[in-house]
Amino acid sequence: MNWIFGNNINTDLITPGRFNITTDPLELAKIVFIEHRPEFVKSVKKGDYIIAGNNFGCGSSRETAPMALKACGIDVIIAKSFGRIFYRNAMNQGLLVIIANTDGIKPEDKLELDLKNQIIINKTQNKKNQAVIPPLAVKLYKSGGIIKYLKKNGLDSMDKLFNK
Amino acid sequence: MGQTIAEKIFSKHAGKKVYAGEFVLAKVDLVMAHDTTCAWAIDPFYEIAKKVWDKSKIVIVFDHAYPAPNIQMAKLQTKIREFAQKQGLNILTDGVCHQLLSERYIKPGMLILGADSHTPTSGALGALTMGVGSTDAAIAMASGQLWFKIPSTIRININGKLPKGVYAKDVILMVAREFGTEGGNYKILEYGGDIVRNFNISQRLTLTNMSAEMGAKGAIVEPDIQTKKYLKENNRNYNFSEKLISDKDANYEKIVNLDVSKLKPLVAKPPDIDNVEEVEKIDPPAGGEKIKVDQVFIGSCTNCRIEDLDIVYQIWQKNNLNKNIRTIITPASKKVYLQALKKGYLQFFMEKGAIISNPGCGPCLGRHGGVLNDGEVCLSTSNRNFTGRMGSPKAFIYLGSPATAAATAINGFITDPRKYL
Repeated sequence: MNWIFGNNINTDLITPGRFNITTDPLELAKIVFIEHRPEFVKSVKKGDYIIAGNNFGCGSSRETAPMALKACGIDVIIAKSFGRIFYRNAMNQGLLVIIANTDGIKPEDKLELDLKNQIIINKTQNKKNQAVIPPLAVKLYKSGGIIKYLKKNGLDSMDKLFNK
Repeated sequence: MGQTIAEKIFSKHAGKKVYAGEFVLAKVDLVMAHDTTCAWAIDPFYEIAKKVWDKSKIVIVFDHAYPAPNIQMAKLQTKIREFAQKQGLNILTDGVCHQLLSERYIKPGMLILGADSHTPTSGALGALTMGVGSTDAAIAMASGQLWFKIPSTIRININGKLPKGVYAKDVILMVAREFGTEGGNYKILEYGGDIVRNFNISQRLTLTNMSAEMGAKGAIVEPDIQTKKYLKENNRNYNFSEKLISDKDANYEKIVNLDVSKLKPLVAKPPDIDNVEEVEKIDPPAGGEKIKVDQVFIGSCTNCRIEDLDIVYQIWQKNNLNKNIRTIITPASKKVYLQALKKGYLQFFMEKGAIISNPGCGPCLGRHGGVLNDGEVCLSTSNRNFTGRMGSPKAFIYLGSPATAAATAINGFITDPRKYL
């Protein structure tokens, strides 16, 4: 299922400061959107997508926000735009962050991703949307995040992320 | 082709000439993390390294919830202390991280990473200071470098004559209204113009601090005589012969010119910083619905330096504080605290009935003193008014200048400071 959000969903809403005082991802998974959308933690399933408007993940740099979303089973976030620190943090955590026009996407729509051509296919509505999925983002997603990438390729392999 | 100051600093740290849009690997001069971001850096760090790359270039600050207000924070702080001890790192506990970086470490031309979204603050000193998450901070601590996509720069020229009762905070709220919460996203905001040239470092810090709220990757003011004065006062030498300014033919994404001659005191209404309104509209001279507050917070890396407390002191001279509200003052650093002590301000503030807390973030983020209940309203000199930021998600936070905060503390409702000046 797709969880639809509006604009300016900040990281205080994703993991509020009063609740995110733990480094345990499983504990963090229990408090995602705990005040903003309480039904999220109860109903979210592995493989669900987050669909959002502008500036998703703006505000505080807290990495608990993407950590908790990942721990909930979210792998993919599609938004019109992202807060920049969240965008990097999400990639570092192994999330696939995609920039695209998300207008009109419904919760039950079946979405498919063509990573190579950077296209989102809405199979339910029979629509295709051009997206921005940088090769660097795909590399990190496929590696399971930057730490796994660096462990596998070495600490001095960061430039291979953006060099061909 | 000419370069912006940000491109020059990136180039120096990448070891080659680079421009906006390029990907680089750049060396960093310093990495900062604090008591609510360092804890999440430790496990990733030990996955990729055993020892930090240079312990003299890592600064850990306990400021967000210090001394620990509950067991969970105490646990995190113990974890960070153990890490710091093992790696030979110092932990600073006497002020807000960005204030301490500015007072003690930053020099023009440096490239600094901070595991905090308001890291752009120190760019007021002509350095490139960018916010990152805990994992990126861990990678930088391990290797002394990080990958970057070079951001483009928006130049903001601020000119005119600042009217009485209008301050740096009002200027940056005007910029926020102009740009919106995304207008600076991924950009470096470079501030110039007569107003900025005449601003002291404290005022510049207010501008760069709030740039983060517009999504900026960094915010910078080209170093000049004000910078030189500040560095000298804070025991740091810097060779100003290097022309660390943007070239005349630098490529800016956009140039924005703003005039402040007609600016009035502003507040950002909850829950967004671009939801800006003139104070006189919500403290209407002809009567009407005023906005009652329960708490006034004068603090944060945005606005609690001695220059801000000078204004508070001035406004409270002949006035008493409203007894029905909490007025909390949290100096941004030990230095500010001691300056206020020496000037007799702390005694004066205490006798007026204000609460003075230890230097740090204080009530800014709802974890450490001054937490708001359902339905409560706070007028704050800090930089964020998101829902739930200072406690209950059913509370309301208005952001304003120290002058507006001081005037509000007198009346118990949001008040135009020009009434007292």
